[in-house]
Amino acid sequence: MLRSMLLGLALGALALSPHAQAANPGTVIAAEACFGCHGPGGQGATGGAAIAGRDKAELTAAMIAFRSNERPGTIMGRIARGYSEAEIAAIAEFIAGQR
Amino acid sequence: MTISFSRRALFGASALLAAPATLRAQTNARLLIIGGGFGGASAASFARRHYPDAQVTLVEPNTQFVTCPYGNLLLGGERQIGQITHSYDGLRARGVRILHDRAIGIDAPAKRVRLQGGEVLAYDRLILSPGIAIRWGAIEGFDQAASEIMPHAWIPGDGTQTLLLRRQLEAMPDGGVVGIAIPANPFRCPPGPYERISMIAHYLKKHKPRSKILALDAKEAFSKQGLFQDGWRALYGNMIEWVPGNRDGKVVKVDPRERVLETEFGTRHKVDVANVIPPQSAAAIAIEAGLTNDSGWVPVNTRSFEARAAQGIHVIGDANIPGPMPKSGYIAHSTAKQAVASALAGLRGEAPPEAVYFNTCYSHVGTDYGISIVGIFRPNADGSAIAEVPNSGGVSPRGDLPEQRRLEAIYADTWYEAITKSMFG
Repeated sequence: MLRSMLLGLALGALALSPHAQAANPGTVIAAEACFGCHGPGGQGATGGAAIAGRDKAELTAAMIAFRSNERPGTIMGRIARGYSEAEIAAIAEFIAGQR
Repeated sequence: MTISFSRRALFGASALLAAPATLRAQTNARLLIIGGGFGGASAASFARRHYPDAQVTLVEPNTQFVTCPYGNLLLGGERQIGQITHSYDGLRARGVRILHDRAIGIDAPAKRVRLQGGEVLAYDRLILSPGIAIRWGAIEGFDQAASEIMPHAWIPGDGTQTLLLRRQLEAMPDGGVVGIAIPANPFRCPPGPYERISMIAHYLKKHKPRSKILALDAKEAFSKQGLFQDGWRALYGNMIEWVPGNRDGKVVKVDPRERVLETEFGTRHKVDVANVIPPQSAAAIAIEAGLTNDSGWVPVNTRSFEARAAQGIHVIGDANIPGPMPKSGYIAHSTAKQAVASALAGLRGEAPPEAVYFNTCYSHVGTDYGISIVGIFRPNADGSAIAEVPNSGGVSPRGDLPEQRRLEAIYADTWYEAITKSMFG
């Protein structure tokens, strides 16, 4: 019983990184929207920059700059304006925790 | 003993607080998913990645998935069928039980689904992502037999329809006319017909430059219209004629033998290749289960995606009517996750998570020429409707912007690669 519980825990730990474990499902879903272009787990795709594991503050600052048009973007400005600062911070934390 | 209790015992209460709801699926919750397209495959992958305790079964008749997105590039000669065909092996490896069978009936009170092969599956929550059905007969003369002469190529299935249309384009002589009938809203993939026009023009310009495209539309306006029309003028000159509904563009009747598309006021357009994109509804299983309303589509709860007509059945993908959200692969992908999280929360007696839905649709207009539309959507305060977040999203800027177009063509390919990996990897 304990053995199977420990195995289950190990699998659970594989399924989600420690940072991801701090997130609620709404944040996980919101953050995973990024993966449609930045690759599964934010690991990058041809033409889509890898964002996984980047610093939370750097990710947040980039999104805020896209939102205000301070940083020019092809598409990111239109996307960033859909989210509040609190959401951006939560998403950035989740992405930063991806390995 | 539940999994969360065992965690508490081993790690203490603080670990439990840090542990996400995403690990607290009801142990062995049976999640049954009908349909292995953008909605269903995304749901299965998300469930297995974040709720390792859930038992996930996916019912899908086809043994491989041919995507609608990028089907237009196949028509344009830029993709082969193998490049838009995906295996379910990745989902199998994630622990999804996959049954290649057809769901033919839902017993909502008993929580059971019957399969064509005879098996009856019990579920705790049902994720229904059955896609669309063609409303045969909505255009007079357009039945299954007609679609083998005038392909719709709007439900890929095993790819037969898309490949048929491609072969017809290849066989058409230079100087021929390709007729495309386009339905009124709502329908699967609002920019799809116009990307198709673009990609067919792309092929014709290279190989049959004297040919024409006659697009007969039931509507007066369409998705990304200004951007598409700018691109058509710039890339294809006078090759494309788009006829809106108020100039007799609505096709009401077809004659497959003569290859004639007939419009509302009786104009008969004889063409060499006819692509009839017909009016659509939710797939038959949703209608037969009593989930649709008079529109032919399934009204859903704006947070849980449960059908208004049946608790415990979460309807995602093109079969539902999600307010202003388009019937797109990315919306199916995004709402699939919300539906899974809501379903498993519901089994624990909890509310659905806070919802934000995300869409980006790229379209290829020509070589190095991509355009996009972005939409971020949320339920309103009382959950009665979904609305787009003000001042966000929207279409690519207009104007002479070659670098923007070049990048968006690249990003379109990026999206296809990433989303299909997310779903099937």
